[in-house]
Amino acid sequence: MRYLCLIYENEKNYATMPKGESDNVMAEYGAFTQGIKESGHYVGGNALQPTPSATTLRVRNGKVSTTDGPFAETKEQLGGYYLINAKDLNDAIQVASKIPSAKFGSIEVRPIMEFNQA
Amino acid sequence: MSDLVADRIDEIYRSDSRQVLATLIRLLGDFDLAEEALHDAFMAALERWPNDGMPRNPRAWLVSTGRFKAIDRVRRRVSFDAAVSRFGEADDTVVSPLPDDDDDSVPDDRLRLLFTCCHPALSPDAQIALTLREVCGLTTEEVARAFLTPPPTIAQRIVRAKAKIRDARIPYEVPSRSDLSARLDSVLHVTYLVFNEGYLASSGSALTRPDLSCEAVRLARLTLELLPDPEVMGLLALMLLHESRRAARTSPDGELILLEHQVRSLWNRDQIAEGISLVERALSSRRVGPYALQAAIAAVHAEAPNAAATDWRQIVGLYDVLSRVDSSPIVELNRAAAVAMRDGPAAGLALIDALLARGELATYLHAYSARADLLRRLGRATDAMAAYEYALALATQEPERRFLARRLSELSSPGETKA
Repeated sequence: MRYLCLIYENEKNYATMPKGESDNVMAEYGAFTQGIKESGHYVGGNALQPTPSATTLRVRNGKVSTTDGPFAETKEQLGGYYLINAKDLNDAIQVASKIPSAKFGSIEVRPIMEFNQA
Repeated sequence: MSDLVADRIDEIYRSDSRQVLATLIRLLGDFDLAEEALHDAFMAALERWPNDGMPRNPRAWLVSTGRFKAIDRVRRRVSFDAAVSRFGEADDTVVSPLPDDDDDSVPDDRLRLLFTCCHPALSPDAQIALTLREVCGLTTEEVARAFLTPPPTIAQRIVRAKAKIRDARIPYEVPSRSDLSARLDSVLHVTYLVFNEGYLASSGSALTRPDLSCEAVRLARLTLELLPDPEVMGLLALMLLHESRRAARTSPDGELILLEHQVRSLWNRDQIAEGISLVERALSSRRVGPYALQAAIAAVHAEAPNAAATDWRQIVGLYDVLSRVDSSPIVELNRAAAVAMRDGPAAGLALIDALLARGELATYLHAYSARADLLRRLGRATDAMAAYEYALALATQEPERRFLARRLSELSSPGETKA
């Protein structure tokens, strides 16, 4: 079963983080990604540009309206995700608990909705 | 004859239906389907046992009949292909009857059910409702009554929890050894919340709801039978020792009686003896946890022939260990109250004031009532009244409110103060 692990953290932390520390976080992410590739959990994953780069759009009455920034202003922002394959929720929680950002941000684990092709 | 069989079926329903359900959930992989199957199996038993006689192993018969009926239901409901895919790899064995001696996995199934219902990915409210419904076999109406919540709210909570178990695929299994202690915490926590809701009903006019406390004790006994862990012993001991004071805790007109004023001959000696022996077993293990330590404290109280003979030195010592194992402001508050008994009210008051200054107990009623009590004992009536008034403003439970109001009126007319 597939789960999407959404990584939420305060993106401002990265802006103020000393170089050595952010290198460490990058190295931890590298090792984590390598690890879940080897264990067969990895399906995909990406880091996202910070929210000032975000655009939110809506179509109302056929008209597209766009606004600057993310859909909601929150203390923690969506900063990246992993799509993983896991046996069950416990397995998914095991994997998600090792995502480096879990130590300072939070990880939302969402099962992927599977549509049966009959 | 048939009446006798019906009685026997009734008996089996009470003693074994939760175990049959737990096994059916494992075999069918679906809570709702398993509940329907359980119902169908007992209906079939009522029809067939009076004529055919009792099966050699009623539980195995019920499991295999329930499983067969479930297949039937699914086949009728959807196309055969969809039904087969729903059972995954188990489909080829699904119609074969279970051997009579397949009872080995039954205790595991009940433990699986308990751990699944108390999975930390479910909200605490949902864990409690689901555990009472599925593991204890209470009806939705009974759960609703116990928590003074409308039945549709409880029903919805249970439906949502089952949907999450299915959609997020919460596994039906006993956690692996590395996760066991964290996951057991969650089972014990749910059990203790159920107990406390029965022992210190959080709202309403009655002070206690004994049914819930009984369920919690039953649940802990079941957990202990399946998983003899020292903290399970500790929790069961703690609940039995609290429970032993039930008759002494309230006056005939429903007023709260504090430990020091309780008539100790009303304490249940059997529960105390069992509680103490469990505490001793738990403490002799290498891992001593917070439940065992709290139970040990309750045991020291239980062993004192009267309030004045309480061994406060030992109690303070146990609180010292407890705050190292499981530090919390509430543990510190209780320790402060014990220090006040050992070293005098001034020493306790200094600790409570330091605690309150940290702000963590700002809305905790018992911090103010404990403070008020120490001020009263120090003869500082005006300060004591202010603290009682503060506590009264935080109290939500009728008997508690009446108790605090009584203390206040005793202070305003000092001549009637009782010892």
